[in-house]
Amino acid sequence: MRAIRAHPTVFLLVLIAGVFPLSLLAGRVWLDFASTPNALVILAQLRLPRAVLALVVGAGLGAAGAAMQGYLRNPLADPGLFGIAPMAALGAVASFWFGYSATVWLLPLFALVGAGAGMALLALIAGRSGGIALFTLAGLMIASLAGTLTSLAISMAPNAFAMSEIVTWLMGALTDRSWREVWLAAPLTAAGIGCLMMTGRGLDALTLGDAAARSLGIGSGALQAWLIAGIGLTVGSGVAVAGIVGFVGLIVPHLVRPLTDRRPSQLILPSALGGALLVLVADSVVRILPLVTELRLGIALSLIGAPFFLMLLIKMRRGLA
Amino acid sequence: MLLANGLGVRLGGAQVLRNVTAQAPRGAITAICGPNGAGKSTLLASLAGLMKPCSGVVTLDEVPLTNIPAQDRAKRIGYLPQSGEVAWNLSVRNLVALGRLPHGGGGEEQIEDALQSVQLSGMADRSISTLSGGERARALLARVLAGDPDWVLADEPLAALDFYHQHQVLACLRSAARMGRGVALVLHDLALAMNHADRVIVLDEGAVAADGPPEQALSADIISRVWGIAPRWLGEPGARALVI
Repeated sequence: MRAIRAHPTVFLLVLIAGVFPLSLLAGRVWLDFASTPNALVILAQLRLPRAVLALVVGAGLGAAGAAMQGYLRNPLADPGLFGIAPMAALGAVASFWFGYSATVWLLPLFALVGAGAGMALLALIAGRSGGIALFTLAGLMIASLAGTLTSLAISMAPNAFAMSEIVTWLMGALTDRSWREVWLAAPLTAAGIGCLMMTGRGLDALTLGDAAARSLGIGSGALQAWLIAGIGLTVGSGVAVAGIVGFVGLIVPHLVRPLTDRRPSQLILPSALGGALLVLVADSVVRILPLVTELRLGIALSLIGAPFFLMLLIKMRRGLA
Repeated sequence: MLLANGLGVRLGGAQVLRNVTAQAPRGAITAICGPNGAGKSTLLASLAGLMKPCSGVVTLDEVPLTNIPAQDRAKRIGYLPQSGEVAWNLSVRNLVALGRLPHGGGGEEQIEDALQSVQLSGMADRSISTLSGGERARALLARVLAGDPDWVLADEPLAALDFYHQHQVLACLRSAARMGRGVALVLHDLALAMNHADRVIVLDEGAVAADGPPEQALSADIISRVWGIAPRWLGEPGARALVI
């Protein structure tokens, strides 16, 4: 355990390196290069981009969750709290509503515009010197507004097909994704994780509370700006290519924290790797499950995440968290 | 010299400090005393540059704090808030190392010295959650000392400590003052302020009620006027006991 704690990123990289090839082979049809027809095409055009996208989306959500929990000093915080994911989802829903979703780049573009609008609203409301409470309340308000508008869009969908498309997409999945989504999400997620890494020093200082952090020279405005940019890019790009994939940002920092020295700055990169691993494993499992239709990734993670959240609440109530 | 000049601070519409002029000189321990709600913590936070005054100015060696970049200010002024919050279950060493953030980390020697000065060297690798309230308070003070600041501002640093460790921490702060640092403490225990401070500022309803050497600022008359009880001091200077 001591060796893992000294190098959690190496440990997680080794795990990913072990799981990744398996995930390429796993599916309703297990790839066997000797007997599966077009195995190479399936691998290169379907399995590989999907697995890479799982890593990208998971890494973004994991890093965003770690930064959120560090910023709010709350182990129950989730990136969804800031309203950026619901705004990205609203953007994507708008593309379905207006009939642009069939055009290659427009669905993710609409989602990214939604995430950008969420980030701008958050920055505008919280302001340069806004405290954590104002920031969180602003995020909750934006999330609530986006959720309401999404419900409105569903209830007033122009036709049953659009409604079905919206509802299915909102469940989150990596089904039928291609390299196109990877090239869209990967650079944005990498940039987002870079922004979140910039918050490390400020998040460490916030461990001691707002006043102590300011006395250590941490400016709340700069910290919030990096955080908004980081969460906007990671979560926004994740929602743009995969829909709503919840609970990764909540679960992963918890699982990874014991592998670190518990400083928020030391949790971001391992959480990115942990998130990548979790989404990769979850997406492989939903492909293997013998169901009539593939279980949506967002539903699968919620099925794991909700009981996990309850367990955390119970642990916290007992004062053990 | 850390100086508040004609300082006024409003919080939530209430005037918490009014026209306060007070100083925390180098090489001395300054105690800030007063009843609950007198504005002690607000004055200390203002001296640390964490409050936006509605009037007056806080200067550090004659330069307004607002003109000093936050990181430079953080290197020179160490501030220990009253809350004692530690959000994550860090090791004592990692907690103390947070004091080095304004310097960009490092400073292993200062971290070890700080741990030693509050007698926590033997507990450096323990988690914060395993410490008693007093040990935790000492670890938090060590965090400030590890930053090697010119001024140590601490809000009720002795409140959670037992008799022995109160005096041990005061000895540590005295040693810091002898090395030329300025020390300002919010204290509720008037006997500790009387016996250990070089200078006492008494606040009452946001204004300075007294400012001077302890024997003057904490005279029975002033205590009677500010706290509303009539006490007597017994014993010799440096070893006074307060009797009601």
